[in-house]
Amino acid sequence: MKTNIIIAGVGGQGILTISTILDMAAFNNNLHIKQSEVHGMSQRGGAVQSHVRISDSEVFSDLIPMGKADMIISVEPMELLRYLPYLKEDGWLITDAEPFVNIPNYPELKELFEKIKSYPNHIIVNATEEAKKIGTSKAANVVMLGAASAFLPIKDDGLLKAITDLFNRKGERIVNINIQAYKKGQELAAAVIN
Amino acid sequence: MRTLFLGNEALAQGAIDAGLSGVYAYPGTPSTEITAYIQNSKLATELNIHSIWSVNEKTAMEAALGMSYAGKRAMTVMKHVGLNVAADVFMNMSISGVHGGLVVVVADDPSMHSSQNEQDSRFYGKFAMIPILEPSNQQEMYDLTRYAFDLSEELKLPVLIRTVTRLSHSRAFVNTKDRIAQNELNLPEDTKRFALIPSYARGLYQNLLDIQPKIEAIAENSPYNQLTIGKDKSLGIIACGLGYNYLMENFEDECPYSVLKVTHYPLPRKKVKELFKTCDKILVLEDGYPLVEDMIGDYFGDDTKVIGRLTGDVNRTGELNPNIVAKSLGIIENIPQEIPTIVENRPPQLCVGCGHGDVFEALKTLIPEIGDKQVFSDIGCYTLGVLPPHNIINTAIDMGASITMAKGAADAGVFPAVAIIGDSTFTHSGMTGLLDAVYEKSPITVIISDNSASAMTGAQDSAALGKLKDICLGIGVEPEHLKVIVPLNKNHENNVEILRNEFNYKGVSVIIAQRACVQLPKERKEIVKQLNTLS
Repeated sequence: MKTNIIIAGVGGQGILTISTILDMAAFNNNLHIKQSEVHGMSQRGGAVQSHVRISDSEVFSDLIPMGKADMIISVEPMELLRYLPYLKEDGWLITDAEPFVNIPNYPELKELFEKIKSYPNHIIVNATEEAKKIGTSKAANVVMLGAASAFLPIKDDGLLKAITDLFNRKGERIVNINIQAYKKGQELAAAVIN
Repeated sequence: MRTLFLGNEALAQGAIDAGLSGVYAYPGTPSTEITAYIQNSKLATELNIHSIWSVNEKTAMEAALGMSYAGKRAMTVMKHVGLNVAADVFMNMSISGVHGGLVVVVADDPSMHSSQNEQDSRFYGKFAMIPILEPSNQQEMYDLTRYAFDLSEELKLPVLIRTVTRLSHSRAFVNTKDRIAQNELNLPEDTKRFALIPSYARGLYQNLLDIQPKIEAIAENSPYNQLTIGKDKSLGIIACGLGYNYLMENFEDECPYSVLKVTHYPLPRKKVKELFKTCDKILVLEDGYPLVEDMIGDYFGDDTKVIGRLTGDVNRTGELNPNIVAKSLGIIENIPQEIPTIVENRPPQLCVGCGHGDVFEALKTLIPEIGDKQVFSDIGCYTLGVLPPHNIINTAIDMGASITMAKGAADAGVFPAVAIIGDSTFTHSGMTGLLDAVYEKSPITVIISDNSASAMTGAQDSAALGKLKDICLGIGVEPEHLKVIVPLNKNHENNVEILRNEFNYKGVSVIIAQRACVQLPKERKEIVKQLNTLS
């Protein structure tokens, strides 16, 4: 069993936090992982992505082949669509509704959402908005992870343990915010999936 | 112990565990995390492993050679274009040989994610006639680094490890082993071989040639070069480095073809020959230039037995990926979606509040007066000045070239010729060019856009910190034409005036535009401020 996940966003939005949680959870579950990420110039406000591959057997390529991603998790709606060639036929598109506008020609939001909605398997959540309500917009990425959790090969307790371990050094308050963020994402996605 | 490592971190841990005494490097994507890992490693600090950044790749490699001369294990790390800077010592230390194990790590950037070219460092290794190791996964990054030090000491030669962006910047679990103790300080018995006067060098070059059969035999029998004979003889595959992963990715169970996995160079001739004999055709998969394909293909191109990048069966440029390899194998894939046209490009950009932006704005005001093709620049965040909304700089070739190109253009009659260079790039390779200009009193204006960091690679410390004024004065820049400005919007008018005056001067002017990188943590900004006021 192999799960291929593309995580998308803009440099500085913290997509690597999602990857790190998945890495830690895979480690605890004795699974194989390969996770490629973008360093360098693109981290300065450019398009960035991370390929996360979790498997019970050896993973060869660090990159997910095009047409083989089970899902794309994006913290920004336009970035979600940039990686569509990677998505397999019945793969899932999961995104935060909040746009990150740092270019003058950012597309019209209405058209953007129409495009996303033209794919049957999509989940759009107001992750940034919900994260703010919980305590900090920074937790939007963990809301997104929660929203994708139904399709992940690792169970809730594994992911929640990884979230706790990752944020532990930042104190109990931050741990709790992120656990709530995860659960909120899960709840919002469940409403869409069912 | 099983640990999650970025490819670069696995390599760094491998070096620490191999008894490393010092790493010497200049930051450069995709190599930076190797040295950064050692700097941040508690263990490395306890072991007193040297890891402070060098001024450039040449000084780094020479220092590593000095540590090796003293009998200790040293490593030097750089991006591919950095090896051009260090090429002088690199080519000569294969003639002198080394004493303590010396490993040269070069991270190539096929597809130019963060670079100005995609040169393949294996050519340098071949040119220097030393062993090259090309890991294909994170575990090999760790294992091969340990092995590289042993091999270097066995052969008394530097060993090149070549990695690429995708491996350097990808994580996986790695099993680590016990650490070996560092070498004791011990000077070489015979120092003659480190003194390359022609009469010694001729003999030493002969030694290098004489040892080649041994180097080849080691690679031939290396456990890292594996030939697997497949059932289907219609095709044989030579898979180098990451090419092996992308190949195996396309076969869920078992690859039906014979495969030679190449990880250890020189190319294992006997194994290649065996593959040649048993297969109708040979596909070469290499992540970089077609080095192996060129070596074994037919010179006149009328032998179609070898296929790869040169024959067009694999993309000629850019990095490999599973889909490119699938195509070269004739596998038809289902890629249901394309990128929708609604998606716009999102290039990297200067951070909000970045001082380079204010320098560009001041220059922009003066472009109508000086002409729009007379600004030369360099390698760093400010290279973004070539793109909208700035459109201010015209050149970015290599580290330091802004000053020397401006000088050459000035020699040709361009006036004013303006150079923009960062502080770290200036100390890396700009100082010597400035001396050229001072020596001839060339009419150029050099703007050192000083953010007190090597910002693009992650805001590492810059060797220029607090020294720029003294350096320029020491080189001979006239004090009345050395100005310091603070690039802030509120100083715009004033800064424009200073620039205008210096542009009009028919000699060398240097303007230091000084404001700390916005990415620096508060404490470092404070230190920068203090040092800059003192100088």
